[in-house]
Amino acid sequence: MTVQEMTEPSEAEIPVDPRPDQRPARRRRRLVRVVAPAVVFAIVIGVWYFISYVLLDDTRRFLMPPPQSVLAVGFFDSANLTTILHALWSTTQVALVGLAISIVLGTLVAVAMSQATWMESAIFPWAVVLQTIPILAIVPLIGFWFQYGFNSRVLVCVLISLFPIITNTLFGLKSVDRTHHDLFTLQHATRRQRLMKLQLPSALPAIVTGWRIAAGLSVVGAIVGDFFFRQGEPGIGRLIDDDLSALQTQQLFAAIIVSSLLGLLVFWAFGLLGRALVGSWHDSTQAREVE
Amino acid sequence: MELIVHPSEPPVTNGHRPSLAPSPALAFHHVSKVFADGTQALDDVSLSVAPGEMVAIVGPSGCGKSTLLRLASRLSVASGGTIEVAEGNLGYVFQDATLLPWRTVQRNVELLAELSGVDKAERARLATQAIELAGLTGFEQHRPRALSGGMRMRVSLARALVMRPRVFLFDEPFGALDEITRERLNAELLELFVRERFAGVFVTHSVGEATFLATRVVVMSARPGRIVAEVPVPLGYPRAPELRFSPQFSDLAAEISARLREAMA
Repeated sequence: MTVQEMTEPSEAEIPVDPRPDQRPARRRRRLVRVVAPAVVFAIVIGVWYFISYVLLDDTRRFLMPPPQSVLAVGFFDSANLTTILHALWSTTQVALVGLAISIVLGTLVAVAMSQATWMESAIFPWAVVLQTIPILAIVPLIGFWFQYGFNSRVLVCVLISLFPIITNTLFGLKSVDRTHHDLFTLQHATRRQRLMKLQLPSALPAIVTGWRIAAGLSVVGAIVGDFFFRQGEPGIGRLIDDDLSALQTQQLFAAIIVSSLLGLLVFWAFGLLGRALVGSWHDSTQAREVE
Repeated sequence: MELIVHPSEPPVTNGHRPSLAPSPALAFHHVSKVFADGTQALDDVSLSVAPGEMVAIVGPSGCGKSTLLRLASRLSVASGGTIEVAEGNLGYVFQDATLLPWRTVQRNVELLAELSGVDKAERARLATQAIELAGLTGFEQHRPRALSGGMRMRVSLARALVMRPRVFLFDEPFGALDEITRERLNAELLELFVRERFAGVFVTHSVGEATFLATRVVVMSARPGRIVAEVPVPLGYPRAPELRFSPQFSDLAAEISARLREAMA
């Protein structure tokens, strides 16, 4: 083998900068990616104004207060803003603790299931049951057993977000390439080596996808938990409930917007995390980035 | 089929094993394989590969060529017969490069040594050596994604080379590559073969590739796979790529092709 052969461009597709004539097309695509969602946003705001001022008369305008009044009352009123931020912090804590528990527990369960068929057979039906239990049906029981505070909210969070972590992690661990397994078998790899050096890294893209789904669900779980477990620091869910009963629709809208932003933030953060973990070798993260 | 031993082959010189030739590097004795679904893949296959010999196996698709390699490496268990494999490491090069995409070239090449518990400094040294042998110097930190098919296959070769195998099994490793890359890798593989003098079994669809690489070409029949012909290739090593255009090479390839056609009929 000679050095000359190695340096031939056909032998190594090293990523290069796009050729100059591709740049305008690229810039246009990037522009579309910014402008198109902005247009949709503008339309939504327009429809909102239309409903507030044209469809609703003065007496019924509280059903859909116009955007500027939501901003003024919900966000620029410092007392209300403080309330919202406190609630947001409380909900975020619940969601993060619940998510962390789900990730640890779900990964352990999935690893156990991947190690023996009998474990998978034993656990999987119950994971499905966990997923199909109507969460609202057991909420009273949770409160009854675990009090009406932080712990119960976290538990609801875990119940909601555990399943996608188990299924995605298990799917990842089990879809390792057969010949990769053969390679490890040939070298008499131990079970631990196979798990640590093959299955877990290979499953990482699926695992991160599970985290991402679970992260969104954990925010939902935290807000649902707030509705029912009203002891301790009030969260966004309780705020929404209170605002609704007081017919404070500006504050209600503000709380809804904040909770949506929280979900969005968590989703985005886990997207970044996924790219940081597997972006250097896995293609799907790039595809997701484009979407 | 009789067990064929080649006492004339050069003995192993690396001192890895005492030169007790003619004990074969790899031998199949009346081996058969029936899959769980009842398909008979192999029927009474006997084949012996001497140290330093490169045997190519050609045959129609599904004739059990790859199964033979899986049996030799104990990835799969024979239904009948016995298989002898000489002591020492076994190298296996798969149809796909089977690289771990999250590892760099260097870390991929280190993998087998890592699994065998070789310490960090030693496996880095072994990998550097194998990377140089496979012509990958300068690409150590690349991920497989950034490499072409030919380069990936070189990494796969380097990974197997790290363990200094005495028996090397090749399961149609260059089948997916374009003609030019394939011929270049054939030449590189022969360089490694001449240098390391392992015993090799090379499964391929290509008569040209088989003739160019092997000391002996074994022709297998369609399922259930049987050995129907063995054609010795009396060409010395090293072999230059131009050898493909010599009359002697053409005659050999023509003979093997004829046997292959008979086997498929």
